Amino acid sequence: MLRYALTRILGAIPTLLIVIAIAFLMVHAAPGGPFDSERVLPPDVEQNIARYYHLDESLPQQFVRYLSGLLRGDLGPSYSYRDYPVSRIIADAFPLSMWLGTLAMLLALVAGISAGLVAALKKNTLPDRLVTGAAMLGISVPVFVVAPISVLLFAVYLDWLPASWTGGDGWSRLVLPVVTLALPQIAVIARLTRASMIDVLASDYVRTARAQGLGTASIVRFHAVKPALRPLLSYLGPAIAGVLTGSVVIEEVFGINGVGSFFIQGALNRDYTLVLGITIFYAVIVIALNLAVDLLYGLLDPRVRTR
Amino acid sequence: MIISAVLRPVVRQVRKSRAVTVCALILLFVAAIAIAGSILSPHAYVDTNFDNRFLSPTFADAHLFGTDNLGRDLFARTMLGIKVTLLVAVIASVVSLVIGVLYGALAGYIGGKLDAVMMRAVDALYALPFIFFVILLMVVFEQSFMLIFIAIGAVNWLDMARIVRGQTMSLKQKEFVEAARVIGVPTRGIILRHITPNLLGVVVVYMTLTIPQAILLESFLSFLGLGVQEPQTSLGALVNDGVGHMEQAPWLLVVPATVLALILLCFNFLGDGLRDLSDPKRAVR
Repeated sequence: MLRYALTRILGAIPTLLIVIAIAFLMVHAAPGGPFDSERVLPPDVEQNIARYYHLDESLPQQFVRYLSGLLRGDLGPSYSYRDYPVSRIIADAFPLSMWLGTLAMLLALVAGISAGLVAALKKNTLPDRLVTGAAMLGISVPVFVVAPISVLLFAVYLDWLPASWTGGDGWSRLVLPVVTLALPQIAVIARLTRASMIDVLASDYVRTARAQGLGTASIVRFHAVKPALRPLLSYLGPAIAGVLTGSVVIEEVFGINGVGSFFIQGALNRDYTLVLGITIFYAVIVIALNLAVDLLYGLLDPRVRTR
Repeated sequence: MIISAVLRPVVRQVRKSRAVTVCALILLFVAAIAIAGSILSPHAYVDTNFDNRFLSPTFADAHLFGTDNLGRDLFARTMLGIKVTLLVAVIASVVSLVIGVLYGALAGYIGGKLDAVMMRAVDALYALPFIFFVILLMVVFEQSFMLIFIAIGAVNWLDMARIVRGQTMSLKQKEFVEAARVIGVPTRGIILRHITPNLLGVVVVYMTLTIPQAILLESFLSFLGLGVQEPQTSLGALVNDGVGHMEQAPWLLVVPATVLALILLCFNFLGDGLRDLSDPKRAVR
């Protein structure tokens, strides 16, 4: 297990470096600089700005400087928010985003797994059709359609829930963002769970258990659920990436000051360092969580380790 | 009893393929209307009319879907949006198809260490929050259709590469490939001339599943204001416009949102159905 863990951890480092390098190069390959404006600045001033932001150095020098800053948790200054370093913006905004994302993930797991199990156990009956139909809808209809439409329905017309983050308080303002963020993941998880549970129920050892006279309830509880849920583990990585992507839309629609909304504001303002910083920050999170999932997988399934 | 047991899977297949047929027809219909839309509607998508702002859908003056905050006809704009969205999705899918097929065929045919490294890279890329890189790309470079194609295509090839690799690995065991190798056809020639054409069936099926993903990405970008720019529009951009005015003019949100959802749903059904038809083992489930 230690060997497996070490190879996985060492394997993640080059991925991380390559991702950072690609993002860094992309920003620095941009035509023009971040301070190009209509106004013609005196050459001295331009030189000072370039020196202050280290834009006068060569590209490898800038990259090394950026990397060493990264190790110390310094993502450089933001170009559009004066006196706010990028790391400070992220540190201030992240707790809220993390909170939303975690709630959405939990909801997606609980609702998706239950719906998938029900559908698999009642295969080809009405509940199954409902679940598979709803899952298809959830996969097809994008978050940025579901979120505003549900605001229109539940906030504007029915007036049950607040339409925006600042328009409500307590738990009520969490409902719409968390549910709409979780919906696509609920759909995918339900489909995965259903398919894998159906496979497990058709397997030989379940047939044996049935032949030995075990009831359906105990077969499902003690023999089928655990192996049926194992494939879900490898979907956790993509699911987390999906929730991060969705959070950008959700924060924009509901006016939540999380990392996603800063990302979009930065993108629209062409705030290179902010966008670069958040991209790298999210890439690091996703790579780290994937590593955690990999290690967990190794713990649960010894076959993975020897591969 | 026996007859019904034999017939049941067949009936299920037909029912499935009926869903496929219906979806294909809906998509063709939507595409046809979108193309004919500029002829059907007397209004141009750019024409503003400040006396007719926020008209609700009406037959009068042929504002079938109403008008927006600048008095532009929503029908004409939706038709343009469909056209742009479909076009971007198809071209971006072709980009991802070319990358995915070449990558997958190479990895699958050569095999061994190269294959292991290439597929490990795909695994690593799979879990990345790609959209952030796409947005980074859109921020850094001048926004253009070209960039949107490339950005979306560059993200969407992973599934295709996996599928194609699997198919290639089974194809390369076939006699005709062996024959080609014996005659002395170089690896490049075998991959391009002998393997790739035989992948066509699988590739077509998976492309119907890639297109909705491309639509999703494009409309996501446009929704955030980072994709298709004014005066051009796409369904995502229209949804974004609609969100801004949804309380006084809900149709501005509901119409493009419904059309987008319908198109995505049909493509997904079509892709799923075709995949099941081409691979009966999955359909039995």
